[in-house]
Amino acid sequence: MSHAHSTTDRGPAPAALRRPQRSAAPKRIGIHALLIACALFPALPIVWMASTSFKPNGQVFDWPPKLITSAMNFDSYAAIFADGGKLRFFLNSYVVAGSVTVLTLLVSVLAAYALSRYEFPFKRALNVLIISVQAVPPITLLIPYFGLVVTLGLYDTYGGLILTYMVFTLPYAIIMMTGYFNTLPRELDEAVMVDGAGPLTVLFRILLPISVPGLVSVGVYTFMIAWNEYLFALTLTRTNEMRTVPIGIQLLMGQHSYDWSQIMAMSILGSIPILVLFTFFQRYFLSGMSAGAVKA
Amino acid sequence: MTTSTAVDPSRGSLPERPHGRNRHSVHGSPLRPYAFLTPTLLVMLVLMVVPIVMVIWYSFQDSAVTIPSTEFVGLEKYRQVLSDGTFWTATANTALFAGISVIAHFIIGIGFATLLNSELLSPLVRAIFRTVFILPWLFTVAVVAVLWRMLLNPNGIVNYLVTTFGITDSGVEWLANSSTALPIIIFINIWCGYPFFMVSLLAGLQGIPKDLYEAARVDGAGIIHQFFHVTIPQLRPIILSMAILDFIWTTQQFALIWMTTGGGPVDSTEMLSTYTYKLAFSTYDFSAASASAVVVLLLSMILAVLYVRQQRARD
Repeated sequence: MSHAHSTTDRGPAPAALRRPQRSAAPKRIGIHALLIACALFPALPIVWMASTSFKPNGQVFDWPPKLITSAMNFDSYAAIFADGGKLRFFLNSYVVAGSVTVLTLLVSVLAAYALSRYEFPFKRALNVLIISVQAVPPITLLIPYFGLVVTLGLYDTYGGLILTYMVFTLPYAIIMMTGYFNTLPRELDEAVMVDGAGPLTVLFRILLPISVPGLVSVGVYTFMIAWNEYLFALTLTRTNEMRTVPIGIQLLMGQHSYDWSQIMAMSILGSIPILVLFTFFQRYFLSGMSAGAVKA
Repeated sequence: MTTSTAVDPSRGSLPERPHGRNRHSVHGSPLRPYAFLTPTLLVMLVLMVVPIVMVIWYSFQDSAVTIPSTEFVGLEKYRQVLSDGTFWTATANTALFAGISVIAHFIIGIGFATLLNSELLSPLVRAIFRTVFILPWLFTVAVVAVLWRMLLNPNGIVNYLVTTFGITDSGVEWLANSSTALPIIIFINIWCGYPFFMVSLLAGLQGIPKDLYEAARVDGAGIIHQFFHVTIPQLRPIILSMAILDFIWTTQQFALIWMTTGGGPVDSTEMLSTYTYKLAFSTYDFSAASASAVVVLLLSMILAVLYVRQQRARD
């Protein structure tokens, strides 16, 4: 902030363009130092989580705390991999989040095609409905869902969770996919339609192949929502055979003497799918996400 | 490709008109869009309309869900909830929790976004730090909750730091103390929520035309002046949308509170979500829980109207 003067004193605009090359060295160092300092805020707790997951449980609350100790090992991870009950949480989360993603993509692509390519009565009302659905509080839906899921015989099943999660993933997916289709020129589908192709052909043969970035960002977002969901997973399942990772982590917390090392290992393992998806697809995901939030 | 250039070589407004009419006949029956929307409408009906009708219906009952022959009691359950002091504590806590979180999310989000947007950073450095700054947001709330429970443990690293730096004499039971629990929960929510703002504001910053800054600089505006007179006005629509959205989501937060304090100690972190949940699944008063849930729904709908208006205004 105190460098403000050097910027304004530089004079006319053309000279300002060269600025980074010339007098920027101290500024450059300053801004990198500031970045590192700021990065401690998000990074320190995460680094501590990773470090704890490798410590023997007896060393977790050593005083003074040490980031790295001589006794660090993979025991907590090994214990989780050796425990079928805990692996089951992961399997459940993969099944639920994977199914929700596939179904959401399918349903939202069909809806987005209609919203992007057709004019029809109540279209505007439907748009408003889809946007406002995002504001319906999960806690409001929880009580009737509980009744509904029990009545339909879906209590403590994958089906109950998968169906439930779609109501939270669909609105955003539709908004994003519609936005994405709107950026694709209509001449594209009309050219094929003139040749006699039906709308389904246009959608699946023409639009979808060039919509991969949009599909990826919707898919990653949906998977993330489903993977992370807690409230409905807690309420609509009962047995450990159906519990997902967030509940599994909580169940580990429930025991009397906390095995912090294993809780942190479980947390790391439970975060890996999201971290991997994000790392590989962040380019698509970030642009899709901000476009969705900004232009919904 | 060849067809499209043949149809519309001039990019003028004239070819657009037959174009639009043409589309209708090519796409066939006027019912077709509804066919595409059928799965969506079905999901919305079964999972949105029906449940909302159900929860309203429950809220007028005496003992919904638990007793099959439940009686209609009108607004009795609303009276019960609205005259419960804990409900109002929960409302105040929720407002405070969401209000402070959103403001802090915005301040940290725009700060980090501005920093990352600096032209002094190489693309690689920018990508690395952007990822680091986003990290807290990628972790499940359940993970965030247990992580902070460990850090805030009486023997944990936070207490080590505050005693070492002399901020307090002895360790604090952060989450078990009714005067620190709410501020701490707000802090945790700030920690994991700002990246949502940061990401969108970063995209927004990159969309601001450079010449606006050049012009401001030529007029002698300093960095702070540019920030308040170019950056903020340019980002205002994004900021407003994000703030409303973030406020809606934060008022609905459940997992973080449930897994850290469960609403305690002594209601000090009770939120509308935990209050409603307890009515249903701890005291099994599903009717009162439904009444509370309907009140929460009404409050959220007010926010939703604001959000939709804001989105419309920007079109």
